[in-house]
Amino acid sequence: MTAKPKNLTRDWGTQPANRIARLRRAATLFPGKEAPPEAIGRLLAAVIESGDRVCLEGNNQKQADFLAKALAALDPAVVHDLHMVQSVLALPEHLDIFERGIATKLDFSFSGPQGARLARLVGEGRIDIGSIHTYLELFARYFVDLTPRVALIVAEAADRAGNLYTGPNTEDTPAIVEATAFKSGIVVAQVNEVRDTLPRVDIPADWVDFFVHSPAPHYIEPLFTRDPAHISEIQVLMAMMVIKGIYAEYGVQRLNYGIGFDTAAVELLLPTYAADLGLRGKICKYWAINPHPTLIPAIESGFVESIHSFGSELGMEAYIAARPDVFFVGADGSMRSNRAFCQAAGHYACDLFIGSTLQIDLAGNSSTATLGRITGFGGAPNMGADARGRRHASPAWLKAGRESHPQDGGMPRGRKLVVQVVETYREHMEPAFVEKLDAWKLADTAHMPLPPVMIYGEDVTHVVTEEGIANLLACRDDDDREQAIRGVAGYTPVGLARDRRKVENLRDRGVIRRAEDLGIDKRRATRDLLAARSIKDLVRASGGLYDPPRRFRNW
Amino acid sequence: MEKHQFEFHGGRVRAPKAAPALVGVASSGNLEVLIEPAKLNGACRIEISTAALGFGKIWEAVLRDFFERHQLSDVRISVNDVGATPAVVSLRLDQAVDEFTRPAS
Repeated sequence: MTAKPKNLTRDWGTQPANRIARLRRAATLFPGKEAPPEAIGRLLAAVIESGDRVCLEGNNQKQADFLAKALAALDPAVVHDLHMVQSVLALPEHLDIFERGIATKLDFSFSGPQGARLARLVGEGRIDIGSIHTYLELFARYFVDLTPRVALIVAEAADRAGNLYTGPNTEDTPAIVEATAFKSGIVVAQVNEVRDTLPRVDIPADWVDFFVHSPAPHYIEPLFTRDPAHISEIQVLMAMMVIKGIYAEYGVQRLNYGIGFDTAAVELLLPTYAADLGLRGKICKYWAINPHPTLIPAIESGFVESIHSFGSELGMEAYIAARPDVFFVGADGSMRSNRAFCQAAGHYACDLFIGSTLQIDLAGNSSTATLGRITGFGGAPNMGADARGRRHASPAWLKAGRESHPQDGGMPRGRKLVVQVVETYREHMEPAFVEKLDAWKLADTAHMPLPPVMIYGEDVTHVVTEEGIANLLACRDDDDREQAIRGVAGYTPVGLARDRRKVENLRDRGVIRRAEDLGIDKRRATRDLLAARSIKDLVRASGGLYDPPRRFRNW
Repeated sequence: MEKHQFEFHGGRVRAPKAAPALVGVASSGNLEVLIEPAKLNGACRIEISTAALGFGKIWEAVLRDFFERHQLSDVRISVNDVGATPAVVSLRLDQAVDEFTRPAS
């Protein structure tokens, strides 16, 4: 006689059964899927159980702010010990939930504006941080061990059946909903409006349990708008070096980057400086990047073939709709973004990542961590890393691979270009180059398992400053690498402590290249070289289609 | 405000013309540079007036490299700095020399 397998006695459907119990509790409150706004607190109390993992949609840009307020207003005697899993902590309510004792545990990616308060709450023992992730990591864990029981999401509009239209800022929504809806979770959406018909369906109704018409449109941040008026001559100079010394040198056609003034300078030099160098059609054709306004002149001048985006950018809607050959748009004409797919695109399908940072050490490790703030990672560690699972080749990837792997009969490899561009001193004379990153101290004080490094030195291929380009691929050993970094670190203590002879030797070997070595005339580095010098210029370049948010209008 | 003065000797390049040159603006993060001929027994004298306190060593390093690049003699340079980074200082000084040594047209 064989023993009866134990698993035949197990109930295999506890999760769907629990889901039905939650839906039954909610069914006593109002009929159907559309929750009256005044019932939102009761709905959340009905579908959320203490100890649940809850994803409150906090993106880089759009925020489920009405649901965040409602969650933060729940009675902690009834709902408590929630485990929040969300990519971005942007709103005060995201932390109020912890301060009020409704949630205790947190797994997240980025907390920019709330970084200081987060550090304080962690210090007081009010928040237990599981891990700080990159976006892709956190989304991945939604499908492994951090699957939400309840997702509180945000969309532009719903129809009566509960289909959702997310509009251009789709961002994280598909990843969150897919993980929750297909694991017997509950999905609640706040929408700006309820319509009879939607422009298009981004999330199908049978993945959505409830929707609520929020009293005010959801909050959205124009996070990636940079006014060209603030681009400095030094940034123009560094942009010239990036274009001539890296983009042209490697023939970089597919790229992604962290948006800031340094990179805005690069894209505003494409129609002028890069076009003069004859690089149109040879560089910067395919992008994984948000549709931010300083890209307009490069698009209009014919550099750009295609752009896929993580999210959208306020004011760019009409321009995007008028350029469907470039952007990913629905049949309705509005853009569809998707943070998860765009992160994957940035990691696997781009040959170059370029970004700025706050601190770089002698090994090229970089970090944006500062003491007293826990800001997290976002997407840069994935995009600013060599994709070791990549197998398709491109000329830029092969050239970088040849430089980093000696041609000695060993296994030939490709390599992603990862560029850090920084002025040696940031404002208030803070040196960008340091012997030891503040990340070490932060790891100690915030009890992190590792110092929070944004991009590891072994992934960085080039460091660009006003003093020149250090090509770390061409370094033969750690000493080469240290002196190459010191050799572009200017008058920072790290730069002043260089071995001058060794640095000159690295320059002779082409490991360090100064502007003059690249044939760049520094006197040309003026703001006159920028294809747009103001927000108004960008509006003009877009043919009046770009509609800047009020705070960027100074005319 | 903090004041520094540096003098460099042994420069080989004499002031080519009598007219002074002025570049830059005295606005935040920027600086003004006035460069003019002066009988200084062949020296290049640089006078700094700066809003940033405690960076004398960095000024010295920036100006030493500047002198090595241009080797000016019998020249006085006055700098009115409003918190410019060393990168901006070097760029502005080079622009001033460029302006100063350009043949009058």
